[in-house]
Amino acid sequence: MKNEFQVIADLIEKDKKVLDVGCADGTLMKFLKDNKNINIRGLEISKEKVQECIAKGLTVIEGNAEKDLKQFPDKSFDYVVLSQTLQAFLNPELVLDELLRVGKKAIVTIPNFGYWKVRFHLLFKGTMPITKTLPDEWYNTPNLHMCTIKDFFHFVKSKDIKIFKSIALNNLNSSTINERNLGVKNLFADLGIFLIEK
Amino acid sequence: MNTEKNIKTLIVKKPLKLDCGKTIKNFPIAYETYGSLNSKKDNAILVFHALTGDQFVTGINPVTNKEGWWSYAVGPDKAIDTNKYFVICSNVIGGCMGSYGPSHKDPDQKIFGTNFPVITINDMVNAQYNLLDHFGIDKLFSITGGSMGGMQVLQFINNFPDKSKTVIPIATTSSHSAQNIAFNELGRQAITADSNWKEGNYTSSDTNPGKGLAVARMAAHITYLSKKGLQEKFGRKLQEREDLKFGFDADFQIESYLRYQGSVFVDRFDANSYLYITRAMDYFDLAKQFNGNLSEAFKNTNAKFFIISFTSDWLYPTQENKDIVIALNSIGADVGFVEIESDKGHDSFLLDVPDFLSALKNFLDKSYEEK
Repeated sequence: MKNEFQVIADLIEKDKKVLDVGCADGTLMKFLKDNKNINIRGLEISKEKVQECIAKGLTVIEGNAEKDLKQFPDKSFDYVVLSQTLQAFLNPELVLDELLRVGKKAIVTIPNFGYWKVRFHLLFKGTMPITKTLPDEWYNTPNLHMCTIKDFFHFVKSKDIKIFKSIALNNLNSSTINERNLGVKNLFADLGIFLIEK
Repeated sequence: MNTEKNIKTLIVKKPLKLDCGKTIKNFPIAYETYGSLNSKKDNAILVFHALTGDQFVTGINPVTNKEGWWSYAVGPDKAIDTNKYFVICSNVIGGCMGSYGPSHKDPDQKIFGTNFPVITINDMVNAQYNLLDHFGIDKLFSITGGSMGGMQVLQFINNFPDKSKTVIPIATTSSHSAQNIAFNELGRQAITADSNWKEGNYTSSDTNPGKGLAVARMAAHITYLSKKGLQEKFGRKLQEREDLKFGFDADFQIESYLRYQGSVFVDRFDANSYLYITRAMDYFDLAKQFNGNLSEAFKNTNAKFFIISFTSDWLYPTQENKDIVIALNSIGADVGFVEIESDKGHDSFLLDVPDFLSALKNFLDKSYEEK
């Protein structure tokens, strides 16, 4: 399992109720179910991935987060997880609001466009950056609203969203982000993980 | 129609009060089983059939000598694996494969015809519930069915919220739509317009409204397919002829196919049963029983739901299946949902659609491992 999922799993206490939005093949869900006795549900848009989840014995709903989160009642999950998908929505702000409505807390991870390799790529190659967390070409990327860790940090602050934990991830190293080290983390982390609440 | 041989029957002695106000008692429920009930009696799956189905789910139907209606899904090593599960299916009341219906005799030994009480989906499941007592099953492992079978699944778990561990409604609805009522009415009108129908008393006069029933079946059959499926299978292909004949014989293969579907249906189905069962479907509106709030229907159950729809099903479209998912999510129920890609229309649930069959199998087997 990738390091990002390990960090997310560590943020969630045992026996909680969790919704994984864009749960893909259910790797994180399965881990949480088996290791932390989590009552876990998934929402996934891809029919193939939904089938993979069913084959793992996971409860998953085929659907689109932008349309289908509204069916869940307020604060009906302890945690709602959204991994590296926020930037792919037409309206990320609306999705973020929905995550925080449905979940008592939300865990959101974002690929960091401020990562130094991304900056160098654009600066020296002059073409759209391609990295481990941003593997697609400009013409076929699902990402519509790229942001940096700094952007996201400022954005949630401006919306009066409480940040409980913010973690910078670079390969296997994770470290805490705060107001003082924000500039450095924004340069050296390829992924940001945020535990937030509204 | 049905021959008495090969039909297992349970006589329900307990009176059953029907939604129409009448009470029936000492009535037969015809059923069939597949696989074997384990010693803990926790591996039973109750399957509900659709409009024209019967209790003969799989293998050769001993009355029609044709494959059972869900042979693709039910059997040894299939999606509903009879090596593992004990499958029970019964003919709905109002039907014509041995359960109490309009072709039966009333207490005065007269054939009911249209004097049979109008029955509902609720009446059907209340009657079938007696099978649990009959087999000494306290809790089913699963209940499932497509189309009208799915309606019975929804009604059953509402009526008996702690009697099944898992619940699988397929290609169905919680409330029969105006379009579906319209198609059913078309079928009923075709039957009652046949002069041999005789207000439903055709059995006494040894004729039957076969032409009307065949037309009803032909019209309904079109609704079970999709435009794309029909076009790919038949297109404008001609039936055993080089060119158009400038007449009203079946020039096109699709015409010939529909005529055949109509004619074989008449041999195995009772016209009055068709009236009664379509009426039961039309009357089905689970939300209405709870002032429009469908969630209320499921609030007393902690069963695990898995809902399946098909992309090309325009009779019970994905949105109507999703409405059930939404109602369940709004009360925090355990519900999974998948829409299966298929060109085969509403009939997809009866056919060899691998994604559907594997989803069904995986859901059942994984849930069974976890119990």
